[in-house]
This record gives sequence, structure tokens and C-alpha cells, in this order.
Amino acid sequence: MSHSSAATAQNPALRHHFAEMEQQRDAASLGMWLFLVTEIMFFGGMFCAYLIYRLQHFNDFAAASQSLSIKLGATNTAVLIASSLTVVLAVHAARHGKRKLLVFYLLATIVLGCTFLGVKAVEYADKFKEHHVPGPSFNFAPERMQGHPEQPPIDMRHAEMFFSLYFVMTGMHALHMIIGVGLFSGLTYLSWKGRYTADYYTPIENAGLYWHFVDVVWIYLFPLLYLISRHP
Amino acid sequence: MSTTAIAVAEHENYLNKEYGIKSWLLTTDHKRIALLYLMSITFFFFIGGFFALLIRLELLTPAGDLVQADTYNKLFTMHGMVMVFFFLIPVVPATLGNFLVPMMIGAKDLAFPRINLLSWYLYIIGGVLIMHCMLTGGVDTGWTFYTPYSTAFTNTKIIEAGLAAFVAGFSSIFTGLNFIVTVHRMRAPGMTWSRLPLFIWAHYATSIIMILGTPVVAITIVLVAAERLFHLGIFDPKLGGDPLLFQHLFWFYSHPAVYIMILPSMGIISEIITCFSRKRIFGYKFVALSSIGIAVLGFLVWAHHMFVAGMSVYAALIFSFLTYLVGVPSAIKVFNWTATMYKGSISFSTPMLYAFGFLGLFTIGGLTGLFLACLGIDVHVTDTYFVVAHFHYIMVGGVLMGYLGGMHFWWPKISGRMYPEGWGRLAALIVFIGFNLTFFPQFILGYLGMPRRYWDYSHMPEFQILNVLSTAGSTILGVGYLLPMVYFLWSMRYGKLAPDNPWNAAGLEWKTSSPPTTYNFDETPVVDFEAYDYEHIKDTEVPGES
Repeated sequence: MSHSSAATAQNPALRHHFAEMEQQRDAASLGMWLFLVTEIMFFGGMFCAYLIYRLQHFNDFAAASQSLSIKLGATNTAVLIASSLTVVLAVHAARHGKRKLLVFYLLATIVLGCTFLGVKAVEYADKFKEHHVPGPSFNFAPERMQGHPEQPPIDMRHAEMFFSLYFVMTGMHALHMIIGVGLFSGLTYLSWKGRYTADYYTPIENAGLYWHFVDVVWIYLFPLLYLISRHP
Repeated sequence: MSTTAIAVAEHENYLNKEYGIKSWLLTTDHKRIALLYLMSITFFFFIGGFFALLIRLELLTPAGDLVQADTYNKLFTMHGMVMVFFFLIPVVPATLGNFLVPMMIGAKDLAFPRINLLSWYLYIIGGVLIMHCMLTGGVDTGWTFYTPYSTAFTNTKIIEAGLAAFVAGFSSIFTGLNFIVTVHRMRAPGMTWSRLPLFIWAHYATSIIMILGTPVVAITIVLVAAERLFHLGIFDPKLGGDPLLFQHLFWFYSHPAVYIMILPSMGIISEIITCFSRKRIFGYKFVALSSIGIAVLGFLVWAHHMFVAGMSVYAALIFSFLTYLVGVPSAIKVFNWTATMYKGSISFSTPMLYAFGFLGLFTIGGLTGLFLACLGIDVHVTDTYFVVAHFHYIMVGGVLMGYLGGMHFWWPKISGRMYPEGWGRLAALIVFIGFNLTFFPQFILGYLGMPRRYWDYSHMPEFQILNVLSTAGSTILGVGYLLPMVYFLWSMRYGKLAPDNPWNAAGLEWKTSSPPTTYNFDETPVVDFEAYDYEHIKDTEVPGES
């Protein structure tokens, strides 16, 4: 909160209402964190609904969860964690003013993000073929039923609700991924143009924060949706 | 006087720096954005008021004769939606807050000027959607969108109305985010947290609610829309869902939303009462922290809207207790304002009259809120006019009194002109009388058992006299609201030129010119005085008594 604007050389990225770059960067960073707080509350509503229904209808949710592909889900988890790494490396490259490296890592992040979305599309397509999409043609025949006659019968409505929540939650997450990929595409272009320097790379940093947040949401979604009561 | 007046008129300021429609629609100046908001919000106030007037006219007679039942359902729904989402929530933060927050802390602008403009555009997009929705059929669920009626039964335009509220919600999130960052990072040297005007504390607390609450109602709206579009069963009991979950998620935002409305007005009242009593606020820290207290406690009381919805009795007991607790910080404020006036040199200028009105109406609204926090009484008066009267005392009595008081107080700063004091006092009086005549009879109506949202009460004609009083009051109230609009507009051209500090008030916003320059201050001010330092301000002129 210093008021000596003459101390630092005027950076062209400094906006008129800030005294110095540090203040501007602090403000942008705090703003991003607050935005992520709103995102937590946004996803929080869905997590809350999911947890309540899962507690109420555990058996139905567990049975419905069995039909999700752990293989694809785990692949996607790995892809996302890798993309978080490339984002960190991108921020690092930006901090040291390495333009080409920055562009490379941003592109790598975009590729990984698109890979995630592609795998997600395959999963959605499978669900569609299996009639697991909620709606008039919904049909769910749990696999475990055949081998375990003692298991209580599955309430179809609650299984359908599991898939409702599955599609809403992963759909919202995928929407955030798409926005993130769009964001990084723009940043890649600007980085290529040399917009960001070691003195000014706040947008890279903030987009990185956003991307990490979206990853963390998935880190919670994966066990909650895919790994309910999985016994070998 | 005339030479200074000419000097005041000719200095370059945010209003005359640039002209033309583009200089307004693309502006990033927080003061111009505040005026954009002021115009659009006033527009929606009169739309919402028009629906209110039709409701009151329908209730003039016991028979449902003016409009049809379906139309009446849409009238109160659209009245609620427009007033809540497009008037009450943004009214003070987006206009006076936008104008004053940077100025009061000695900043050139909000931290994110372009996001500020974006939030106005989002508000307008939401406004266009809601207007389109109203003109092509409207919604009939009540502003609360209760499921399963809203998801499985009504065939009105739920999704469009929901989208409007969703978009307007993001406008409010961005405003809140901007304020928090601004208060944290943009304060002038010497402006410590304990020197912040209470208006800033109130807006800070409001912003916390905006960013924590609004996203939850946003996702709830998304779920309702998904349920309608894709036949999901999250809230529909026929499909295994639970409508109570909707009510919980909805009120988790929509109860704190009431504090989004009232807290900024409370901030205004702190500014007005100190200025027109010429005294430092009594118990600065308590008033400041009670704003934060209200914001925090406000998140823990939502289920008092659901006492008869089939919730567990034990949960209801806890929510009842927590609701009583909100009374504590609210009462701290009222007591401290009263103590501030004690032995003060009080003048009865227009803003002060509104502050008095606020104290009276907010106290009645708050105390009846305690009636409703009490489980036994709440069950008796649920969904009656008692509830309607209670929340109008807070949301209209409280919020609008504060807003109008603030508009009069800062109008010289905003426009550079004085409003006609005599007319101002008259309008304040008319609003106070009209308001009480409109809503006090509704307490009695509700206690006697008149349900809300009824269009026809011909089986209980004994309620007519109170309804006639209420309708009569509403026309008086309407005149009271129109008057300031007329003389504010008049004063922009014909009003006396305002000096920089017409009220001899403390606070940084009075140390710059009226109207301020684009960057508010010629050089960044250094603050070496406490808030409301009226002991050290020479009282050359009693405000409003010139």
C-alpha cells in the first residue's frame, strides 16, 4: 500500500488507478481467489445435493456407480494432474520470461485438457448407448444383482437420480474445462505475441489458479462418483 | 456566492469531461457506471411498482374482479422477481456504493473498472430477459420458484425467468468481488480499517454475502432448469427427489439476500445520523462489527422460512434460536444510532428525516421478525399478510428509507446541484405516512388470518376496510416516490449549484469537488483523522437551515 509511484519505472501494463505493479498484481490475485470462493459455493450446492441423496439411498447409488468405467475415470484423473503440472511449468516459464517455453507448456495444457474432454465424451456416449441417461428411455439393470440374490432390490428412481447428478456435476465440470481451454487458447496467442514478461504475467498466473481449481473439483468428483463401495 | 458558483460550474468533472452516448456506454469510471445503474434500477423500480399497484387495486374489493386469478398469480410473482432481483439487491451497492466506495477510501476507481462495467451489462442482459419474459406471458410460481410446482406443473416461462435471475446474480457477484478487493487493496495511505466509514464496513459485509450466497442460488436455478429441460428428478418427489432440498438451497441464498438489501442502507444511516447530529458515532467498533455479525449470522437462519414445510422439529428449534440471535447485532446498531443522537446538535434536514423514518420502520420490521422467529407464532401467521407486512417493513421501509436518505445526502456530490429542501422534507413525510398506511393494516390483516397471495376474499368481506386503507396508503406512497424523481430531475438543470461540502460533513468524499473529477482526487489523499471527526469540524453553518 505504498504511495510512491515514481519508485518503479512505469510498466505499460500498469492501469491508471493503481499506484504500482505490485498493488495491481495483489488486487488481481485477491480477485481471482475470491472468484474461486464463489466457484466453491457454486459446486458446493451440487455436492450438498449429491451427499444428501447418497446418504439416503446408498445402495442404489452404489449399484449405479458400478456401471461407471473406473479405467476411463482414472485415466482422466491422471491426465488432469499432468495438466496441472504443465500449468505450473507455464507459470514458471513466464516468471523467467521464457516466451517459447511458456507457449509450449500452454499448448501442452490445452492438449491435455482436450484429451480429458475427449475421454469424457466417450464415457457420455457409452452411457447413452446403455440407456443410463435420465429420461423416458432410462433403463438400468445392475450387474451385481445376478451374482448376489440376497442384495436388496434397486429403486430405479434413485439410480436414475444418481445419473442425473452424475451428468449435472460432470457436465458443469466439463463446461469449466471448456472455458479453461478457451482461456488458455487466448493466452497462448498473447504469449506468442510477447504480451507477457517477467514483470507482468498476472493473467497466466490467474488462469493457472482457475485451472488448478477445476482439477481439484475433479479430484473430489472422481472418488465420489466412481469409487462408491467398490469391492473386488 | 455567485463567483464561487460559476467556478464550481466550470471545473472539469466526470460529467462534463466527455459527451456522447459512447462515452457513457463504454465508460469504466465507477461514478458513471453508478449513474447507468441508477437509471436502469429506477426503471425497474417503477415496473415493479406498477405490478404492486395492480395488486393493491385488485384487493380493493373482496371479489376477484379487476384481473383473473392466473393474472394475479403472475402479478405478485413478477412484482417479487423484479423488486428483489432487479431493484432491492443492487439498489444501494450498485448506485451509491459504486459511486462512493472508491471515493470514501481515497481511491481513483474500483479495483476492476472493466468488470464493474461488465456487471452493469450483465444486469441489463438479465433485465432484458425478465422484460421479455414478462411481455410474453410471465411466471406464476411466486418469486420463490418452489418445486415441484415450478419444475413439473406450471407451463409458464420458468427457464427464462430463472436465466434472468442467474445473469443478474453474476452481476451482483462481480460487484461484491470488486468491493472486497477494492477495500483490501486500494485504501489511501493512512486509511486504516478502524478509520473506514461505516458505509464501507456495511458494503464489505454485503459483499461477503454476495459472493458466498449468490453462487448457491445460481446452481439451484441451473438444477431447476435442468429438471425442466431434461426430466431429471433432483427435486421432484415423483422421481424420487426431495422438494425440501430445493427450499434449503433456495433460502440459503435468499434469506441472506435480505441482508444484502438492508446492510448498505444501514451504512447510509450511520453516515447521515453522525452528520446531522454533529457527533462521532457511538461505539464505532460495535457498529462496524455488527455488520459483519449480521452477515455471518444471516447464513445460519435460512430454514426459518420452512417451519411448516415438514422439517424436523429439532432443526426448527435450532433455527428459531439462531434467528433470535440476529436480533442482537441489529439492535446494537439501532441503540448506537440513538445514542449517537443523544446530546447531539440535531437538524431536521431531508436526509435526517429519512434516517428517522428508517429507525422507526426498521424497528417495527425487526421486532415483528422476532415474532416470526418464535415457532408458535410463526405457525399461526405463516403465509398470511403478517409476513408480507413484516418483510415490507424491512425491505421497503428500511431499504428504501436508507436509499432515499442517501440519495438526498449525496445528490449534491453526484449532480453538483442542490435539491429543493422544502420539497424534500415534504416527500420524506409523504413516504413515511404512505408507507405506514399501506403496510400497518397488513399486520392486522395477517394476524386476523388473511392469507397472502389470495386474489379473491369474498368469503371474508370483513377484511375489506383494512384492504381499502392499505390500497389508499399505496397511492400516497406512490406519490411520495414520484416526487423525488421529479425534483431530482428538475434540480439537475435548475437546482442551486452545490458547494463541495454542503453539509459540512466528515469523510473523504466531501473533500473533493462537487461533482468530482474523473479520478476523484487531484492527488491521492493522506488520511490523518478518524472517521466522523465532527468534534474537529468547525460548525459554521447548520446544515439545511440556510
